[in-house]
Amino acid sequence: MSLEVTLCGQKFKNPIIAASGAYGFGDDYTDLYPVSALGGVSCKGTTLKPKDGNPTPRIAETPSGILNSVGLQNPGLDRFISYYLPRLKKEDTVVIANIAGATVDDYREVATRLDSTDVDMIELNISCPNVKQGGATWGVTCTGAATVTKAVREATKKPVIVKLTPNVTDITEIARAVEAEGADCVSLINTLLGMRIDIRTRRPILKNNVGGLSGPAVFPVAVRMVWQVSNAVKIPVIGMGGIATAEDAIEMMMAGASAIQMGTAIFGDPYAPIKVAQGMEKFLKDNNIGSINDIVGTVKPW
Amino acid sequence: MSFFCNSYPIIEKKALAGDIYSYTLLCPEVANEAKTGQFVQVKAEGYTLRRPISICSIDKEKGTIRLVFEIRGKGTDKISQLNKGDLMDIIAPLGNGFNYSTEKQGRVIVVGGGIGTPPMLDIARDYGERATAILGFRSFDRVILDKDYAKGGAKTIVCTDDGSVGVAGTIAKPLEEELSKGDVAMVFGCGPTPMLKAVVECCKAAGVPSQVSLEQRMGCGVGACVVCACTVIRGGRQYVLRVCKDGPVFKGEEVVL
Ligand SMILES: Cc1cc2nc3c(=O)[nH]c(=O)nc-3n(C[C@H](O)[C@H](O)[C@H](O)COP(=O)(O)OP(=O)(O)OC[C@H]3O[C@@H](n4cnc5c(N)ncnc54)[C@H](O)[C@@H]3O)c2cc1C
Ligand SMILES: Cc1cc2nc3c(=O)[nH]c(=O)nc-3n(C[C@H](O)[C@H](O)[C@H](O)COP(=O)(O)O)c2cc1C
Ligand code: FES
Repeated sequence: MSLEVTLCGQKFKNPIIAASGAYGFGDDYTDLYPVSALGGVSCKGTTLKPKDGNPTPRIAETPSGILNSVGLQNPGLDRFISYYLPRLKKEDTVVIANIAGATVDDYREVATRLDSTDVDMIELNISCPNVKQGGATWGVTCTGAATVTKAVREATKKPVIVKLTPNVTDITEIARAVEAEGADCVSLINTLLGMRIDIRTRRPILKNNVGGLSGPAVFPVAVRMVWQVSNAVKIPVIGMGGIATAEDAIEMMMAGASAIQMGTAIFGDPYAPIKVAQGMEKFLKDNNIGSINDIVGTVKPW
Repeated sequence: MSFFCNSYPIIEKKALAGDIYSYTLLCPEVANEAKTGQFVQVKAEGYTLRRPISICSIDKEKGTIRLVFEIRGKGTDKISQLNKGDLMDIIAPLGNGFNYSTEKQGRVIVVGGGIGTPPMLDIARDYGERATAILGFRSFDRVILDKDYAKGGAKTIVCTDDGSVGVAGTIAKPLEEELSKGDVAMVFGCGPTPMLKAVVECCKAAGVPSQVSLEQRMGCGVGACVVCACTVIRGGRQYVLRVCKDGPVFKGEEVVL
C-alpha cells in the first residue's frame, strides 16, 4: 500500500499538499503534528516586495465555504529566501514557492532569484482574484497566461506549476496555453470570485466588496475542471478546491489529479490532511489497490 | 507556548444575562498552558469556520477554563446548544495574552465593554484590591460578570449607556477619574473599537501605558492565513500584524484602531 507519488521528477511521500495561503510557511501547526506528515507545502503567495494586503474584514463565511480578500499580504521575497525557506527546508516535505507579481518582470525576477535557492518547485499564481494587478488579469486570457509562463520558464530550471483560475469561460484553453510555454504541471482551482452582503447594513461583509470563494462549496466545480483539464493536457494536474475528506481527495484523483492540495478545510479541522492520508491508505487496503497512482484519472465517464 | 486541538468535556453551563452563556471545560493540558487574555477557536458543528472566544478565567489547579459568550449569529447559537456533559471541540490556547506582573508597584484598571468584559477577569483576581474594573453595558439587562470582578476584591464600577444601572454613559468619565487618582501602572481594555479608542486616548493623556485586546474576523486562528490583519506603528514604521498570533492583545500606544 503506497501513497507515494512523483510529480515532475519530485517525489512526495503522499499526494497531500497544503494549499497556498492556508498554511503560511509551514510552521503554524507544528504544535499539532510535524509538517513532514504532509507530502508538500505550497507557501503563502510571495511577491518581490513585501505586501500589506487589503483592509479588513478579509473573510466571510458562506454556505459550506468562505470568501477571502487577503490581497496577497506577504513578507516579500528577501524574507522568504533568508528566513522561511531555510526553516521549512529542514523538514522532510516538498517545499513549493507560490509566487505572484504585478508585471512580467516581477515574475521573472522572483523566479530567477528562486532558481538559485533550494526550493523544490515553483507554483505560479496567475489567478489571485484579490489584487487589482498581477492576479487574475494574467490568468484569464491565453496570451496573459502564456506570457507569464514563458518568462518564468526562461528564468528557472525548477519544476514550474501554473495555478489556474476558475474565473474563465474555458479553463482548458488556458491550460493548453501554459503547457505550450513549458509549464511542467498545472494546479487548479484557485478561488471563485464571490460576494456577501450584510442585509442590516447593506454593506458587503468584505471591505474589498468581493473575494475568493473556497471550501466544500466549490468542490464539484473543481472536480469538473480538473477532469476537463486533465483530458486536455499531457502534463500532470494538481487538484484542489473544497477537499475536506479522504473521499473528496480520492474523487479528485479519479477525476485526473496526480496530487491534491487542501486549504480551507484545515481552518475547521487542522488534522484534516492527516485524516485524508489515513483514509486514502484504508481505501487502498479495502480495495486491494497497491498504489495511489493507480486511481489517478480512473473515472469511467458515461 | 503551545496549543492543542481537542474535544473537552463541559462540566458546567450557566445562562448569564440575555443570550449570554458561561461554560466551564475540563482541559488540564490547555489550562496548564493558558495565559490571561488568550482565546480559543470553538468548532460550531456544520460551519466552515471556528468561532474565536476569549478565555474568561483559568483554574490551573482544577484544570479548567471558563468561556463566556453571547449568541450573535448562527455559529454561536449552534455552540450554545451544547450542554453539560457534552464535548466542546476547541483549538487552544491561542494568541499572546495580556502582559503583566503583580510584583510591579501600582494599581491597574481593567475596562470592559459588553462581551469584551470576560478576558480580564483573572487580571482583577490577580491584583485583588489593587484593581479597578470599569465595565460598560448597553442596559441593566446586559450586565455580566460584575459580581465576579468584585469577588476578587476589585473596585467595580458598572456603566450603562441608558443609565438604567450604575453610572450613566460610557466608561470614559470613570476612567478619567480613576486615572487622575494616580499610581496607575497599567490599563487593560477589551470591547468595541470606539471604547478602545477612548481607553487609549485617556491613557495617553494621563501618560499611563495600556494594553487592548482586539476583535477581528478570523480564518485559521493560529497565524497561517493572514486574514485577521491589524496595523501597528512601532518606531515610526507601520507593520501589518495578525490579531490571532501577534495579538489579540496589543500595546495601546502602538495599535491603529
Ligand atoms: C480574539 C477574540 C475573542 C473573542 N471573545 C469573545 C468572547 O469572549 N465572548 C463573546 O461573546 N464573543 C467574543 N468574540 C466575538 C465572537 O468571536 C463573535 O461574536 C462570533 O464569532 C460570532 O459568530 P456567530 O456565528 O454568532 O456570528 P455570524 O455572524 O454567523 O458569524 C459569521 C462569521 O463572522 C465571524 N464574526 C462575526 N462577528 C465577529 C466578531 N465580532 N469578531 C470576530 N469574528 C466575528 C464569525 O466568527 C464567523 O466566521 C471574540 C472575538 C475575537 C476575535
Ligand atoms: C485565506 C486564503 C488565502 C489564499 N492565498 C492564496 C495565495 O496566496 N496564493 C494562491 O495561489 N492561492 C491562495 N489561496 C487559494 C488556495 O490555495 C486554494 O486554491 C483555494 O482556497 C481552494 O482550495 P480549498 O477549497 O481547499 O481552500 C488562498 C485561499 C485562502 C482561503
Ligand atoms: S486567523 Fe489566520 S492568521 Fe489570523
